[in-house]
Amino acid sequence: MEITVNNQQRTVDTSTTLSALIDEMGLDDKRIAIEYNRDILSREQFSTITLQAGDTIEIVNFVGGG
Amino acid sequence: MDDLIIAGRSFRSRLMVGTGKFASNAQMAETIAASGGDIVTVALRRVNIDDQQDDLLNHIDRDKYLLLPNTSGARDADEAIRLARLSRAAGCEPWVKLEVTPDPYYLLPDPIETLKAAEVLVKEGFIVLPYINADPVLAKHLQEVGVATVMPLGAPIGTNKGLKTRDNVAIIIEQAIVPVVVDAGLGAPSHAAEAMELGADAVMVNTAMAVAANPPMMAAAFAKAVEAGREAYLAGLGKQQNQAEASSPLTGFLRNK
Repeated sequence: MEITVNNQQRTVDTSTTLSALIDEMGLDDKRIAIEYNRDILSREQFSTITLQAGDTIEIVNFVGGG
Repeated sequence: MDDLIIAGRSFRSRLMVGTGKFASNAQMAETIAASGGDIVTVALRRVNIDDQQDDLLNHIDRDKYLLLPNTSGARDADEAIRLARLSRAAGCEPWVKLEVTPDPYYLLPDPIETLKAAEVLVKEGFIVLPYINADPVLAKHLQEVGVATVMPLGAPIGTNKGLKTRDNVAIIIEQAIVPVVVDAGLGAPSHAAEAMELGADAVMVNTAMAVAANPPMMAAAFAKAVEAGREAYLAGLGKQQNQAEASSPLTGFLRNK
């Protein structure tokens, strides 16, 4: 099924959890924040969410800035 | 030097440092170490999924530095609030350098949207440090809604022009009930010293260090200037006047009339 991650289309298996997606992308869940369909999640929620077709996910991390 | 106190928390250094524009994370880390700073700013951006870079946070000791996320890139209050909440969700303490800059050419802060966002974020328990133009009336309004500092600009971000807003910053300092941090535009240690001599509680520097030929050396130079400026302010500067006033005695000259 298709989801949108950071404005890019991505295909994932049905019943993929958000945690599994984070692992698949090689991200460290302690260094990121996630907006799931515009809701900001706590880290504890990552493993409880099963992705649905059409989900929109924003994943952000810290970069250099002033 | 006396400690800087923001929202009840003490900091030894009065120099805040940004982490943008450095050639490498290693250079950034060396520079913040040389600055002696305790507070370092970071920005929040989408993860680049196809090209994941070495994580900045691998190079910043969170036990040693307070990570101060900014809301750079926000064009209105809603975007700034969203970024602040995301920073907190990413594991930061609820401190935020609030920036709302709808104008991409001069990056001047939007006073109305900044005030709106500050009000919401303070209510949500954030320690809010708003980046503002050097407007004393706006600074007062922000203090009324409960911000932890005000951060008036010296000149537009990254311009290295120095304390162009000197007279208005002086009014903000005179009236402030929270620490005043001069942010943006300080391009040389002398600019930082000038702000501190004026009575600013702290300054924030990024570009001037990051674009120097030797960033850690420049950071050390800023640290000295901030300290010198603070000490001069505490010592009490003499008044300026137009007519000369001799430092040496006006008696006992080797002449008869």
